[in-house]
Amino acid sequence: MRTTMRTTMRTTMRTTMRTNMRTNMRPFRFALASLALTLLFSALPAAPAQAEDIIVSAAASLTNALNAVKQSFEAGHPGVTVVTNYGASGALLKQMESGAPVDVFASADQQTMDQAAEKGLIAAGTRRDFVRNSVVLVVPADSRLGIASAKDLGLPKVARISLGNPETVPAGRYAKEFLESTGQWSQLTPKYILGNNVRQVLDYVTRGEVDAAFVFSTDAQQAGAKVRVVQTADGKTPALYPVAIIAASRKPGAKAFVDYLTGAEAQRILGAFGFKKP
Amino acid sequence: MPELLSDSLTGLLVPALVSALVPLALTLKVALTATAGACALGVGAGYALSRRGLPGRDFLDAVCTLPLVLPPTVIGYYLLVLFGRRGVLGQWLQQTFGVSLVFTWQGAALAACVVAFPLVCKGARTAFEGVDQNLEHAARSLGAGECSVFVRVSLPLAWRGVLSGAMLALARAMGEFGATLMLAGNLPGRTQTLSLAIYDAAQAGRDNEAMFLVVLTSGVCVLLLLASGKFLKLSPTT
Repeated sequence: MRTTMRTTMRTTMRTTMRTNMRTNMRPFRFALASLALTLLFSALPAAPAQAEDIIVSAAASLTNALNAVKQSFEAGHPGVTVVTNYGASGALLKQMESGAPVDVFASADQQTMDQAAEKGLIAAGTRRDFVRNSVVLVVPADSRLGIASAKDLGLPKVARISLGNPETVPAGRYAKEFLESTGQWSQLTPKYILGNNVRQVLDYVTRGEVDAAFVFSTDAQQAGAKVRVVQTADGKTPALYPVAIIAASRKPGAKAFVDYLTGAEAQRILGAFGFKKP
Repeated sequence: MPELLSDSLTGLLVPALVSALVPLALTLKVALTATAGACALGVGAGYALSRRGLPGRDFLDAVCTLPLVLPPTVIGYYLLVLFGRRGVLGQWLQQTFGVSLVFTWQGAALAACVVAFPLVCKGARTAFEGVDQNLEHAARSLGAGECSVFVRVSLPLAWRGVLSGAMLALARAMGEFGATLMLAGNLPGRTQTLSLAIYDAAQAGRDNEAMFLVVLTSGVCVLLLLASGKFLKLSPTT
């Protein structure tokens, strides 16, 4: 009995000692490992010398076109990297108001840019219109509802119509203007599926989750064969896209990018994506 | 001064409260439905996983834990592809029952249910594993069937673990955002839960409304946690 107890005690002591040693070692090793990791990660982005990142907040409808412009711009301006941030123009404005470190802002409407100007967010004299777009009514390519014009949206068989939330999404606001001009806006209210940006609306219609949707003609072109354009549906306000440099930006690359965007080469690229000249 | 106070109360607080009632009620409806579903599935799955003889137990456990580690957008995408109008299950539901889950509160509940399920499942499994097997064997030796053992021995002994899992699931379902947004959309009055309403208000720059909803959500969650704490404490210790 006594021997068993002694052995047990000895084993316990040994285990305790070993555990203590291990726990004492652990924080040190952990600190060393995290230090090594920190050094590694801080070294990584520093690799290209004098690199300049310019952050461009742009309307969701510009996604594909601006990615192409970014590539050709970066090819001609080594050392400048364009970081794109796409979203609904209204949501992007909100981000900048809250202090997001943006250098260039491109919105899909004049109203959002006006609000940015009122709030003193954009640098005076840098605002320029660079493209024009138009709104279209689209249906999924395999739609069998036979929607031939916007008038058919009132038919009972049309259950879901998607458009951008008019509060934050310019394409949705233009669509609302259009539906107001045809006198259908309030009558169709129960059918609306509001998207957070125009690309979400496009996604809904390409998946066939909605029966019809209002998107920009450039978005419809992007979706290709998945959607069918029924008709153009422009509101009374033309869809003119303005771009401006943010007042807080101190990067010379921002001006270079805006100049490039309004230049011939970028306009050719944007044209290939279906955008028209302002 | 009292007049001013009552004016600001009726002028600001009351409309804000009324406009918040719809998403609040919807959130509670969605979260409670989701928790009920998660409990039904999670208790069953947790019990099955606690059985040593279950073939492929580790793999099944990993599958059941997946919604906990996957980003909610991934879950939302899976659900959208499965339950969408062109999805396998979506088409079946549409043809058999004439139901579509996309853009409905049931869809939001499904999304929240999937996300909350692992919390019940994990809690239940641990609780069932903690039940003394001798008691279960004793019941069996006295002639109780597997079903009866589960209902009359295992579950009563494990219910505290199950309940705490259910409370966590409810809290998780209340705050669900990503998967809900993808499957149910963000339709005011129909699928716009509190978290989506806050997102909407913040995006549109309605800061006062966002702030009010944030405070309201925090309050409701604190109340829920307090209530569940009380509830668990009241229950007899095992």
